[in-house]
Amino acid sequence: MTLPIFALLALLIVVFALGVILARNPVRSALSLVMTLFFLALLYLFLDAHLVGALQIIVYTGAIMVLFLFVIMLLNLQADPEERSAVTTLGTAGTLCAAFVALLVYMVGNTGIAAGPASANFGTIQTVAEALFIRLMLPFEITSVLMLVAIIGAVVLAKRTIQ
Amino acid sequence: MNEIVPTHYYVYLAAVLFGIGTAGVLTRRNLIVIFMSIELMLNAVNLVFVAFARHFQSADGQAIVFLVMIVAAAEAAVGLAIFLSMFRNRETLNADEMNLLNG
Repeated sequence: MTLPIFALLALLIVVFALGVILARNPVRSALSLVMTLFFLALLYLFLDAHLVGALQIIVYTGAIMVLFLFVIMLLNLQADPEERSAVTTLGTAGTLCAAFVALLVYMVGNTGIAAGPASANFGTIQTVAEALFIRLMLPFEITSVLMLVAIIGAVVLAKRTIQ
Repeated sequence: MNEIVPTHYYVYLAAVLFGIGTAGVLTRRNLIVIFMSIELMLNAVNLVFVAFARHFQSADGQAIVFLVMIVAAAEAAVGLAIFLSMFRNRETLNADEMNLLNG
């Protein structure tokens, strides 16, 4: 990937990510997040992660964000006029997060190393599946249990009315 | 096309994304928006995994991204169900009013 394409994608990602936290209407936040995730998926494709890029669009923008939008619209959440935090809170949070980002960037530093050319089958379903189903077999199985627990938990929570 | 973007640029981008997510968690009061900020942070971590998987030519990083996505999906399903039952009981999703455990 060339630098201009990366810069453009990075700019779009950051702008839409800012849209997520700055938009007053939750629906706009959700749609900004969809765009952020979509451009991240494009970035993954440029990083030779074809399967992950496709999954990002299918699972994140396709399933998770639809769930978010569904709940926002089901609860009919409007932009809350009292949503805005106090200026001191915003300033403190912004300063803290900027300092945190600066610290991370400083720690990573400038390696100046770019990755070499990828082998032909890097990032294909086959190579990822070999990693996932051979070396990471146990974590994969544990996540299937996690999914089962999540399904049961979601059904129980959504059904019961708590006094 | 040749890879000429250094790997640390991706980590910088991920750091910025994580910082934006943290700022969202700290400043917003709508629980669903806080949740979306957490998704933003998870995606920042995913970006680092994918960038380093590419850097070290290892598919393990991409497989771990897959696992992170599963965890995020499970988290969204349970979290949104919790929000639904909270909204049913309290008619609000404002984090400041969630003070049931406040002594």
